[in-house]
Amino acid sequence: MALLEIDNLHLAMRSFDGEAQVLNGITLSVDKGEVWGLVGETGCGKSVTGLSVARLLASPPARYFGGAIRFDGQDLMQADEATMRRLRGRRIGMIFQDPTTNLNPVFRIGEQMIDVALHAGATDPAILGLAPGASSRARRRAARSLAIRMLDRVGIPKASERVDDYPHQFSGGMRQRVLIAMALIGKPDLLIADEPTTALDVSVQAQILQLLYDLVGEERLAVLLITHNLGVVAQICSHVAVMYAGNIVETGDVRAVFKRPAHPYTTALLAAVPTVHSVRGALQDLPGAVPDLIHPPSGCRFAPRCRLATPACTQALPAPVRLGPQHSVFCHAVTEVA
Amino acid sequence: MIVPVLLGLSLLVFAISHLLPGDPVALAAGPQATKTEIAALAHELGTDQPLAVQYWSYLTGLLSGDWGQSVLTRRPVLADLRIYLPATLELVVAAMALAIAIGIPAGLLSAVFVDRWPDYLSRILSLGAISMPRFFLGLLLQLAFAMQLGWLPLNGRYPIIEDPPPFVTGFLSLDAILAGDAGAVWLALAHLALPAIAMSLSPLATITRMMRSATIEVLQQDYVLTERALGLSRRLIIFKYVAKNAMSSSLTVIGLYVGWLLGGSVLVETVFDWPGIGLYATKAIVTQDFMPVMGVTLAIGVVFVLVNLVIDLLYGVLNPKVRLG
Amino acid sequence: MSGSRWLNLQRGFYRFRRSWLSMVGLVIVAALVLVALLGPALVPHPEHVAGGINTTARFLPPSARAWFGTNELGQDVFSLTIAGSRVSLLAGISVVVLAAAFGTLVGAIAGYYGGWLDEALMRFTDLMLTLPSLILAMAVAAAMGPGLGNTVFAIALSWWPGFARLVRGEVLAKKADTFVIAARALGAGTPRILGRHILPNIASPIIIKMSLDMGFAILTVASLGFVGIGVKPPTPEWGSLLSLARGYLPDYWWTAIFPGAAIFLAVFGFNLLGDGLRDVLDPRARR
Repeated sequence: MALLEIDNLHLAMRSFDGEAQVLNGITLSVDKGEVWGLVGETGCGKSVTGLSVARLLASPPARYFGGAIRFDGQDLMQADEATMRRLRGRRIGMIFQDPTTNLNPVFRIGEQMIDVALHAGATDPAILGLAPGASSRARRRAARSLAIRMLDRVGIPKASERVDDYPHQFSGGMRQRVLIAMALIGKPDLLIADEPTTALDVSVQAQILQLLYDLVGEERLAVLLITHNLGVVAQICSHVAVMYAGNIVETGDVRAVFKRPAHPYTTALLAAVPTVHSVRGALQDLPGAVPDLIHPPSGCRFAPRCRLATPACTQALPAPVRLGPQHSVFCHAVTEVA
Repeated sequence: MIVPVLLGLSLLVFAISHLLPGDPVALAAGPQATKTEIAALAHELGTDQPLAVQYWSYLTGLLSGDWGQSVLTRRPVLADLRIYLPATLELVVAAMALAIAIGIPAGLLSAVFVDRWPDYLSRILSLGAISMPRFFLGLLLQLAFAMQLGWLPLNGRYPIIEDPPPFVTGFLSLDAILAGDAGAVWLALAHLALPAIAMSLSPLATITRMMRSATIEVLQQDYVLTERALGLSRRLIIFKYVAKNAMSSSLTVIGLYVGWLLGGSVLVETVFDWPGIGLYATKAIVTQDFMPVMGVTLAIGVVFVLVNLVIDLLYGVLNPKVRLG
Repeated sequence: MSGSRWLNLQRGFYRFRRSWLSMVGLVIVAALVLVALLGPALVPHPEHVAGGINTTARFLPPSARAWFGTNELGQDVFSLTIAGSRVSLLAGISVVVLAAAFGTLVGAIAGYYGGWLDEALMRFTDLMLTLPSLILAMAVAAAMGPGLGNTVFAIALSWWPGFARLVRGEVLAKKADTFVIAARALGAGTPRILGRHILPNIASPIIIKMSLDMGFAILTVASLGFVGIGVKPPTPEWGSLLSLARGYLPDYWWTAIFPGAAIFLAVFGFNLLGDGLRDVLDPRARR
């Protein structure tokens, strides 16, 4: 049993124009030490998947119907808000895309980190290194030194001074480090990172990815890394799941999927990435557009754009086809490898 | 910044008082006075000199502590202000304290429960509160709590039969505290209650509305999602984090209201026979006694500028990006 | 009107109709206007409104014959209150229109010409804003003598700076718009540009402010009446009626409650309506 198991999750979201079928049976599992990249273009539902694990979507307009999300055996779809709150920050950490807007500008970063640490410490005083009956003052002190240690860990110089600084006194890359520190201060087992490097400069991106890579190794974290950038996936992910219009179309070991992509969408994605060898002016693109999720096509949602499509594709969603011990694809056109 | 504003204000006040129709000297001289007598009085008061000269002597007088004499009370205006200004200030401070203490949490909660019944209720009550004339509200409060129920005194700052605590600040409740007289504190507060409530309703409603819209905006910010995602409790997020983010919007309104309440204090002071600058200025206006009116206007201007300085400082406290250096 | 503008307006009206609070405001204001217009016809005792008294019917409590009772002069409070609606409405509208007109003039000139003229006018406007408005209005009204016209003028004098600032800001914004530059390039003179191009486009915020200010204008007229500066009897003004009735509380409460409630109702109605209108005309202003 993996740490996180998303099992056939279905999600619809109300909007002005109707109900969009956002997640159409997502199955994914992430275990300790694994870094799963969840890739897809904008609107495919990857961010929503991440938010769903932490149950952060408001229930109208979101409507879950079918499937489960199991964390350490417990079905989060059945959990109440109090249970979820205990998990957030303490066992599930999250970081988001834009470090500029994700830190409260009028509070010192130490203050925000201390509150997260205190919250995690409330369920599990061992995090703060204290006995269960410790006074609130002792807990605050312990939380503060923990915050300083975490800042140091993520590479913020002069952490003991910087802990009292405000977010605007940090650069973009430093702020993302702070957010990582804040997400990990409660010693969670699972980290969900939603486009953590998209808003950063390329050179800073590399540093942040290296940081995440090191932390995964040191803490045996399970990571769900949501991104549209295949380069990022190639750099630090151990596994990858490719998403299209609310469905997962291919999953597996990252090297296996990238070396021998089986799904036509995966192939197109990989081909669209310009490399040193690409012919100038010849950018590959995929004809057609992402389907309307309010009136989605029946069967395989990629069928309207797929050059391998057959009438069978619009009848039903493709069942998974195993291509290797760590490689599955969801496509009618692919036959089982012996 | 303060100096040019006050200078301009003094000039404006002077100009307006001289542009208004009516001849205060003739009034002061009395209906029986002859032309010569009026002219003599004008010469004595210095009103026959060119306007620029009059303004100059007025200005130098202001700066040296001579704010003129009140024809009605026959006292220097500054001496009158020393008594009446603290009375009004105490009322305004009490009213704003009530408005802030109730308005800020009300606005926060209204936004948290947006579009549900607590929000609708608070929005209707706010509009109603802003529309309620405070002199009418004062009368209603008197009718209910003083006349019918007898819980609170009808008017005045202090019972006539009692000796008030010794004058230190002019704020009766403070002076009573300083004198260590618990009974006096109670009496002062009891008299302060109804007029302060009458005055507080309008700013309370506006502060609630401002906090509400600011909080709605803040709740949509990314950092609130991060705070939720890391497990912080709703109560902590709203009352510690969001509150601080949303509060600066109310600061401007608070500053403006202090000015408005000071200027419009006569409405509540009339109803409750509260001896403040509102009544003082109005009586002076009705008797065409200009020095007190100018004095009151300038005093309000000074207080308003000082309050805005404090508010600017508070902006810095609430938002570190605004602080100097 | 352009297609998108019409569509916005339509959406706005739809929102307005859905917001029942705004509808309530509209009903109240419509009723008020009706009462004010039909005033003389609705009033049971027009002689009291004109100043007549009836000493045999003093201080009668509300009854079927005198719905709001009678006052210390035996006058029918209902008649006086109804008649007062005319005074208040007329005064309120006059104040707002006068203030808007003068303020728009000042603001438009300042915003359009810019430079030292703008600087000087805005300094003056800002100074006017630091003057306590009620005291200014009282002083001017008292100096000019009693009468509704003087009262309106005095209040408008303290009201115009708000409009001036609003209009200046709007004109400054529109001045940089391409259609103005185009008009200028085609040789249009200043009055034409202001009148035909800029002003019609900034009418919306001015109208919004006028409707939002109506309630408070009525409140200020009543405030002056309450303090005793402004209209004099026998003109039935709600504020001065309330002031006279003060001395007769609590025994003869009806002489005060009805005029006071009338003030509240009028201001409340206009505020509801103003809020709703703002939603219609300025969809960007979230509630």
